[in-house]
Amino acid sequence: MLHKPAAPVGKDLAAAYKMRLGIWMFLFYSLFYAGFVLINLLVPQWMELIVFGGLNLATVYGFSLIIVAFLQALVYDWFCHREEVKLAKEDQTKKGNN
Amino acid sequence: MVILIFLFFVLLVIGLSFYLGNKAKTSSGYYAAGGQIHWGVNGVAFAGDYLSAASFLGICGMIATVGYDGFLYSIGYLAGWIVALFVVAEPLKRLGKYTFTDAVDSKYNSRGIKLAAAISTLVVSICYLIPQMVGAGVLVEPLLGIPHFWGVLIVGAIVITIVATAGMTSTTYVQFLKGLMLIIFSFVLVIAVLNRGISTKPDQDGKVAFYEYKSLAAKVDGKQVSVADANWKVLESQELTSPKATFVKLSHNGKESWWLLAEKSGMYTLMEGQFIAQRPDGVTIVNGEPASPDNQLRQVSNVQSVGGDKNFSIKNLNPFEFLGIMSDKETIVRNWKDVRLTDKDGAKVTIYFPQENEGNRLMRPGLRFKVQGTPLEKMDFASLMLALFLGTAALPHILIRYYTVPNPASARKSTILAIAAIGFFYILTLFMGLGAMVNNVLNVADSNMAAPLLARSFGDFLFAVISAIAFATVLGTVSGLIVAASGAVAHDLMDRYMSVKMDDRQKVMAGRIAAFVIGGLAIILGILFKGMNVTFLVGLAFAVAASANLPSIVMLLFWKKTTSKGITASIITGIVTSLGLIIFSPDLYRLYGLNPANAPIPFSNPGIVSIPLSFIVLVVVSLLTKPNQK
Repeated sequence: MLHKPAAPVGKDLAAAYKMRLGIWMFLFYSLFYAGFVLINLLVPQWMELIVFGGLNLATVYGFSLIIVAFLQALVYDWFCHREEVKLAKEDQTKKGNN
Repeated sequence: MVILIFLFFVLLVIGLSFYLGNKAKTSSGYYAAGGQIHWGVNGVAFAGDYLSAASFLGICGMIATVGYDGFLYSIGYLAGWIVALFVVAEPLKRLGKYTFTDAVDSKYNSRGIKLAAAISTLVVSICYLIPQMVGAGVLVEPLLGIPHFWGVLIVGAIVITIVATAGMTSTTYVQFLKGLMLIIFSFVLVIAVLNRGISTKPDQDGKVAFYEYKSLAAKVDGKQVSVADANWKVLESQELTSPKATFVKLSHNGKESWWLLAEKSGMYTLMEGQFIAQRPDGVTIVNGEPASPDNQLRQVSNVQSVGGDKNFSIKNLNPFEFLGIMSDKETIVRNWKDVRLTDKDGAKVTIYFPQENEGNRLMRPGLRFKVQGTPLEKMDFASLMLALFLGTAALPHILIRYYTVPNPASARKSTILAIAAIGFFYILTLFMGLGAMVNNVLNVADSNMAAPLLARSFGDFLFAVISAIAFATVLGTVSGLIVAASGAVAHDLMDRYMSVKMDDRQKVMAGRIAAFVIGGLAIILGILFKGMNVTFLVGLAFAVAASANLPSIVMLLFWKKTTSKGITASIITGIVTSLGLIIFSPDLYRLYGLNPANAPIPFSNPGIVSIPLSFIVLVVVSLLTKPNQK
């Protein structure tokens, strides 16, 4: 029993699509995150610049890293869900034709 | 009243886990909650699991003492969820196994992987357990008036009981409840902070009189320090190299005190500090008088001036105004640091001394992580950010939660909800930490209590609720970690690696016995690591997880040439190098009571060395060994 899945997992038709999408979104966020690290290493005084509503770049960039993570997650879920529904319909149609 | 509210919450958590624990009769129920938890519950439980003592106590404490550098942990911890969501969540769920070991061994049937992965789960869980236990001890000290040691013991005993009787179903619902309450009450606390505003003489709404620290004009002749005011007598002075500063012991009306010698444009000033001295006769002296319940170190940290105004006060700020004032170059904040020395009478003295920081420097990285320092100091910062980014997806107690939902889509939705909840909470940490910094509520000897002490400044009810939530946070996180670690011992080591024949009930029993042993170990380590900032310790656990686990997970999912020997070698390399670098780092040398400057490893965060090395070893060993797939 311990060697079986905790819950039965059906075939995931959109697996390849989701993996590709995930990698691209991961790379985009990684670049955004690396930008924060690099500014701090190369020109840390930029982080003091007031950029918006009395907030400095460090605060705005830090909040953005949190907010963008959430927005990207929503976008990822939307695309994954759309692909899952589309492929499930195509699969149903195929089975119907057979 | 405070203790009653606190006990009510703690008993609620324990009662809930006993009730739900009755549902965990099978091993799948114990380890993976039967794989049937709703994604919404699981998402908030993810947040509950993740928002550990480190997040609530440690991050707020670090922000309160070093400003933005503490917020770096919030950013890094949250960013790590991107790796978890986009790279790991669904493929791991598709593998459909219980534990990290099962998942990473799913394509092979390798005894080497089973052993290495089980050890890794154990090591990472224990590294992560230490700060939770330290946090537990810190919490009960002001709340129940008992020593740190007892706090650790109480949490250890409760958690062992919870885990040994319940398992994953219980911990999921406990985490759900706790995660929700943590976010709600943190939000309440932030609103209270903004309403109170900023004052250069914070008095906790009139409850605690603001103490004005003195400064005295001094003269320095060679190494001889003298004070112009004849009422003060210089007893001794010590010039230290780390930090590079001079401390002077004075006597006034027979009462001794320690002062920091500051120099500005050739003028010398002595700045009053606080101190604890352990005399050779065993007597503890606090600020010149024997320690007692009425003579403790004063709470510290406040804004000294805003725009040059030393009598500044403003209420009802919006979040932008609050952060704007804190980021201003003309806002001066009085933070505190500590130093240890032995005085000429042989007493071991810890001096807490003030340091003034400008808002623009406080509200960007640099006070703790020297981004403008030497290349090694810059590397330490980069290393921390790398480990935080890559560590989340490799934590065993987070990984195990992917197995508690019915399908990959639920794993994805859980993760997104977790990102929303955790992200919102992390934004709140900046306000809570800065709130503690400006309200003169910090325990100068231990930064970990910033958030609960900030809550206490608003009244006993908020203090009791926040402390109870923090305590439940520790209970929940420790429970999850012990489930993961006991799974590694009972399931991965005994069942899979050693092939001990056990029926389903015996496997649950083995897990419970393992939980007792691991819980006991966590108690001992929690006592030994007292006093270290808990989020710093969690940062190290992230580095170990990212080094030991992440390369094997990622390469298993994305590189077809990965072999079982490559994975085994990578896990072992990750554990050994990350732990080795930590053990010989300056911060651990400080914990041992040694001079950090003598540490053989010149940086404290190992990730930048150990993570790439673990990847390289996996690739090289995989290329050198034949594929061993089923």
